Amino acid sequence: MKIAIAQIKSVLGSLEQNLMRHYDYIDKALESKADLVVFPELSLTGYTLKDLTSEVAVRLDDTRLSSLIARSREIDIVVGLVEESNEFLFFNTALYLSGGKIVHAHRKVYLPTYGMFEEGRHFATGNSLDTFETKFGRSGMLICEDQWHSVCPLILTLKGALLIIGIANGAARGIQNADGLASAGTWERMNTFYAINHSLYLAFVNRVGVEDGVVFWGGSEIVDPFGNRVIKGSYNNEELLFGEIDPGSVRRSRVTSPLLRDERIDFCLREFQQIWSAGGADGEVV
Amino acid sequence: MTENLGLDYKITLGLLTAFIKDELAKPGFSRLIVGLSGGLDSAVVAYLSVKAIGNENVVAAIMPYKSSNLENIKDAHELVAALGIKKYEVDITPQVDSYFERFPDANRDRRGNKMARERMSILYDLSAKERALVIGTSNKSEILLGYGTIFGDLACAINPIGDLYKTQVRILAHHLGVPEKIIAKPPSADLFEGQTDEGDYGFSYQDVDGLLYLLVDERYSPAQCEKAGYDRAMINKVIDMIVINQFKRSTPLIAKLSSRTVGLDFRYPRDWGK
Repeated sequence: MKIAIAQIKSVLGSLEQNLMRHYDYIDKALESKADLVVFPELSLTGYTLKDLTSEVAVRLDDTRLSSLIARSREIDIVVGLVEESNEFLFFNTALYLSGGKIVHAHRKVYLPTYGMFEEGRHFATGNSLDTFETKFGRSGMLICEDQWHSVCPLILTLKGALLIIGIANGAARGIQNADGLASAGTWERMNTFYAINHSLYLAFVNRVGVEDGVVFWGGSEIVDPFGNRVIKGSYNNEELLFGEIDPGSVRRSRVTSPLLRDERIDFCLREFQQIWSAGGADGEVV
Repeated sequence: MTENLGLDYKITLGLLTAFIKDELAKPGFSRLIVGLSGGLDSAVVAYLSVKAIGNENVVAAIMPYKSSNLENIKDAHELVAALGIKKYEVDITPQVDSYFERFPDANRDRRGNKMARERMSILYDLSAKERALVIGTSNKSEILLGYGTIFGDLACAINPIGDLYKTQVRILAHHLGVPEKIIAKPPSADLFEGQTDEGDYGFSYQDVDGLLYLLVDERYSPAQCEKAGYDRAMINKVIDMIVINQFKRSTPLIAKLSSRTVGLDFRYPRDWGK
């Protein structure tokens, strides 16, 4: 399977302009015969939305999405947007589009609300993580902060994922050390660790561009189940990257390290239950 | 105690270039104007601007007062020549002196603030004339300590060095190729003869930057800073300066009356629609 990563900038708060950019990248990905093109988190709206959140939100049956969804007859597409629910709640959502349909909608489960982040002010939290069939095999999606909670990749793995698509709006922070950008280093270690730890492919798609002084650093990558980089995007530049992924690599890595086979859900459940009964993370140390 | 205040030059330059280019283009500009004093901060901003958008798109304004250090003015002109950028020289003496003829007993602070605000008003006028966005030159040390004039030298549209301590600006200057004599001169607002930043503070940038880094970036408590080797009196003074000068880092307060007040619950990004 050939994946195209669209490491783009978004126009903050303009669904229409962002849709046009998406069509351009979809055309280019098609020219290169990619099977899937992945855009970053909130790719159709931009990130620093604040009070724009409700104004740029769309229901998933909104006609403004029809052309985009229709394009998925030609190529699978992952995009990020603000989803409005029937209850008028707003979610930071990733869509997997294929065959002219929405195959899966993932609502971000972990909303960062600390320091420079205020997602919890504007978004409702998603409450489930699921996998779905793709040409490659079962796959799952995570959105940025989801990936910082290690149970998320674990849950997707246990639900059969051979590929995790992580879309992000990673902000550049930490220049004071001579060994590169601190926030990029953390992400890159995480991507490599999860790919090896769960013996799967991790496609990390981070945006570029600047919003209100914050630079998004790009550096998108695909890491294989052995921790090798299949492709690596540049920092700060808009670009379209291509990488091939092969289910055979997942098989070989799982033969070598059958960690998934040895995972013990019963044990995890018992431990989680005990922690929950004792008051959870807010309670006493157990 | 500045071991935590290095910087990765390549990464920093990449981020600042992206910042300058994008935040300049979003409001529809393609050029920048910088007030050049002959000191380190404005030199670094001029070099960064030229690297980001090319010397044909950068304009310098040199705005001396009659008491300004002649060496600084000479250095500013040399920078303009080295970078090959367009310049304006506007002597602010007539407008400042004519104002203070009415207030001959005005003290040094009033005069210094007035000079800073005259320079600001000239920069913004030339900004309109040249269709060039005003790029700021205040560093993180100054912004935290409140060492600047509100609506004066603190005023700008974008500021690439506001999250870099003075110690880091100096490191950046070496990498950018800023002339050694500019890097080596004692930092000064040059608002009166013999003035230096460090003389005004009562401590050196090297010391205070290390302390600011621990207090702000690493969230150390005063007690933890003391344990790390800083003098308690200096810690207290620095914290006082940070707190007292918060107003310089804020937009004007608006009395809340309605259900939706600008800045409080009317919250949009500045890059709205861009």
